[in-house]
Amino acid sequence: MPSVPDLRRDFPALHQQVNGRPLAYLDNAATTQKPRAVIDAIVGFYERDNSNVHRGLHALSMRATRAYEGARERVARFLGAADPAEVVFTRGTTESINLVARGLGAALQPGDVILATEMEHHSNLLPWQQAARRSGAELRLVPVTGADAEGGLDRAALDALLTPAVKVFAFTHGSNTLGTVNPAAELCARARAVGAVTVLDAAQTVGHGAFDVRELGADFTAFSGHKMCGPTGIGVLHGRRELLDRLEPDETGGGMVAQAGFTESRWKPAPERHEAGTPHVAGAIGLAAACDYLEAAGLEAIAAHDAALTRLAYDRLAELPGIRLLGPRGPRGGLVSFAFADVHAHDVVTLADEDGIALRGGHHCNQPLMRKLGLASTTRASFYLYNTEEEVERMVASLRRVLKFFGAA
Amino acid sequence: MSGDLTELYQQVILDHNKRPRNRGRLPTATRVAHGDNPTCGDQCSVYVRLDGDRIAEISFDGAGCAISQASASLMTTQVKGKSAAEVKGLYDAFHHIVTTGEAPAEISDLAAFAGVHTFPARIKCATLGWHAVLNALSGDAVPATTETRAD
Repeated sequence: MPSVPDLRRDFPALHQQVNGRPLAYLDNAATTQKPRAVIDAIVGFYERDNSNVHRGLHALSMRATRAYEGARERVARFLGAADPAEVVFTRGTTESINLVARGLGAALQPGDVILATEMEHHSNLLPWQQAARRSGAELRLVPVTGADAEGGLDRAALDALLTPAVKVFAFTHGSNTLGTVNPAAELCARARAVGAVTVLDAAQTVGHGAFDVRELGADFTAFSGHKMCGPTGIGVLHGRRELLDRLEPDETGGGMVAQAGFTESRWKPAPERHEAGTPHVAGAIGLAAACDYLEAAGLEAIAAHDAALTRLAYDRLAELPGIRLLGPRGPRGGLVSFAFADVHAHDVVTLADEDGIALRGGHHCNQPLMRKLGLASTTRASFYLYNTEEEVERMVASLRRVLKFFGAA
Repeated sequence: MSGDLTELYQQVILDHNKRPRNRGRLPTATRVAHGDNPTCGDQCSVYVRLDGDRIAEISFDGAGCAISQASASLMTTQVKGKSAAEVKGLYDAFHHIVTTGEAPAEISDLAAFAGVHTFPARIKCATLGWHAVLNALSGDAVPATTETRAD
């Protein structure tokens, strides 16, 4: 990985003052900043090649189509996918999961079980609630263990829950609230052994370390471009080819139809089958540029950098009076989520913002889990390749001021 | 601490946050309403005992940021003895304060929340308890939510 000061020069948004202090952007689990290369790729498309893709026979349309399909190949390579046709472009993780939940849900019936976990983001929980409601299948959840969810998924409960009645096992690779990283390859293998289809929410892990869909072995993998230096509005549903080709399309319309008649039509195979309408061409091109950027920086190095900052943050935060740290005490994803006994997360975030530090406070789209942990909200700091130890120290100093202000320290 | 922040976190607010007034469930309550802000998870329940059309007793309960809890606490001290119409009048005045920062001289305590107007994301925190009490007075069984009502 290039040096952090060098990397930071690539991110225009990092170089600004917020409330008179240099911005310390520590809200990367929500969205990441964009390097110049990604911004330029998007602008370049609109300035030179902008046209609709597919079916076009003029020069610009052919260029746009080549760039869009080139982006699909680039993303496939980034994921270690066997075939670019396994990459369906969507709006993001949420759309990817909804697409697969509706498609798989159509084949479920009463007696079937959809298995998810208590640490799912709403976007990998609510679509399954809907699928269960529509099909009569039952949604069951693998519990998390420990008062601060430090124990991760309850393995004994998982053993008991993972029966042949389970048709779908949907789980997160990296928890956006706890920082837990689940052993995806092992969980996918165990689900496969009972005949369940696996759906992996990889929103927090793709682009944050080495990621290979063939090694992990999930049937479907969902993630968003904007959490890995790409633009908003573009994401991916990766799926095994034969499953994507069988999955009923969620949306129908232009571009996805093989033969359209007045009263009935036939669909194309994947990926077009699942991409009705004009796709987000510029977004896909921006995402491909993000893949280039992250690979050049080195994914293993990014993971090591994030892990070191997260370790430092965890240890320094643990020194603060009255703090409750969620999630594993050992290795974790690049975020730390915490709560103070007497100061609410929104007050923390408002005061830290005054010091130029961007944190996130709230339930992190994880309301049922927060309720189980007896919390209404937490403050979360999340890191990426351009963050520094100095920013971590500034955050801790700012939090000390917050506690003093509210008379809690 | 900048001027904007000391305006937001006035001493009155910090005091009500640390030592909330009328906090807890009111066993004699004849009306109860619950308010929540789905965006941030703030919650507030308001318990009211009416005597005729006036609030004889009131309490609140909940969890949330300093702004939401202090505002609910202060609200309970302002509405005791008032009719529903008078509470609505106070709310309108309060809403004007938190959205514009303009505070008429005669409502000095509520004026502590004038600093909220420079933090638009926090207006819903300040109005949560008020939504709940208005709901309690209208006898509305549906929880007040900051997402379906105007600020």
